[in-house]
Amino acid sequence: MKQAKQKISAAAVPIMDAEAIRRALQRIAHEIVERNPRLTHVVLAGIPSRGVEIAQRIAAFVRAIEKINVETGVIDVAMHRDDVGTRSELPIVRESKLPLPLEERTVIVVDDVLYTGRTVRAAMDAISSFGRPARIQLAVLIDRGHRELPIRSDYVGKNLPTSGGEKVQVQLQETDNEPDAVWLERE
Amino acid sequence: MTTHWTRKDLLGLRELSADEINFILETADAFKQVGDREIKKVPSLRGKTLVNFFVEPSTRTRTSFELAALRLSADVINISATTSSLTKGETLKDTARNLEALHADILVLRHSSAGAPQFLANRLKASVINAGDGAHEHPTQALLDLYTIRERRGKIAGLRVAIVGDILFSRVARSNIFGLLKLGAHVTLVGPSTLVPHEFEKLGVEVSHDVEDVLPNADVVNLLRIQHERQPREYFPGIGEYIRLFGLTKERAKLLKRDCLIMHPGPINRGVEIDSEVADGMQSVILDQVTNGLAVRMAVLYLCGGIAT
Repeated sequence: MKQAKQKISAAAVPIMDAEAIRRALQRIAHEIVERNPRLTHVVLAGIPSRGVEIAQRIAAFVRAIEKINVETGVIDVAMHRDDVGTRSELPIVRESKLPLPLEERTVIVVDDVLYTGRTVRAAMDAISSFGRPARIQLAVLIDRGHRELPIRSDYVGKNLPTSGGEKVQVQLQETDNEPDAVWLERE
Repeated sequence: MTTHWTRKDLLGLRELSADEINFILETADAFKQVGDREIKKVPSLRGKTLVNFFVEPSTRTRTSFELAALRLSADVINISATTSSLTKGETLKDTARNLEALHADILVLRHSSAGAPQFLANRLKASVINAGDGAHEHPTQALLDLYTIRERRGKIAGLRVAIVGDILFSRVARSNIFGLLKLGAHVTLVGPSTLVPHEFEKLGVEVSHDVEDVLPNADVVNLLRIQHERQPREYFPGIGEYIRLFGLTKERAKLLKRDCLIMHPGPINRGVEIDSEVADGMQSVILDQVTNGLAVRMAVLYLCGGIAT
């Protein structure tokens, strides 16, 4: 599903270009290989929409490095969010798909930006309704800080110090139909 | 394509855009998948209270809404005509205001008067979901019919759908007509001229009084229940004559294309609208409709009940 086109303002600061994103995801793939000796038990579960694309790209890097096909999945968090009833419009809910059973598997949640941690909490809640994975890890392209929950990432593409009023915009080729890039919008 | 949902109420399909209908169907895809999980319950409506307020009797629609609400973690109260104070002379508005005073967040209403859900939606902060109002609309039934067709055939646009039976008094038919036309299907209404007047052609559908003429071209046949209970005598030819002229008998079913879907909103009158063997046959998707009804109602409750009011 293509995203509605984002508006990047002229004042936005470029943070990563396509090459920087490629290198960051490749490094994450290496770290995943290093930390998970049983790669056949790993599932890369992307949060729609961009997390799904990032998970697939990391899986491709792992395949290139280790000649192993890591499984990928989709974990939609909309129905597990803690702010239902407080928004005046609701986004589409996507179907979640995970390989089952989860019991022996390591599920790596993949998203584009880690911010308050509430999405990741919802993702962990959603995963637990499919079963009890051996462990859950977290991989993100950007960690911008400002956590509201005790959650941390295991794999980070780039740590980006931000203020609360700033906005991080991620564009990916497949999802946004724009060249890969990360921008920081000032207040 | 609409990317967000903004309505607190679902009153009918007439007022929805094709995009909004597709939005509900896509949301239902996600909720159907919840039925395959180890834990078939999500916390979306935790802490919310849903009142099933059924002024007309109904078992399957009410239980479908109840199970949908429970799977979304809402608390559910059922009130039926016999247990409500409507029988003691309380007005609909007063009953509803009392329900709101109990902090009901979602009101699912079945009522014999067309427009009752609209009346309450305009006055209450709670979400109002129409579970059938008079001969007006029954939007969730039409949505589950659309969902089932789309699931089986992969699309709705361009399909030929025949709706057979008591169209004049049928809210199911009306909601289906609005939904099917918006999504690009061809609709033919079939039945006795007293129950399927040519007036309906103004909506953009075809009208036929010859079922054997329509069946060979249909991609979907939706048989409506003959509603003995609300049938004024003069409209209806009599059960025997109805079966002879319009019933989907074993013999008539042979006229259908092999991939034609047979649907029925239930409860079926075996041997009247449809022969037993046809109802239980390969082309019948009647039980899929029941399963899909749950997913569609979860989607509707999530969307309307999940919006800030």
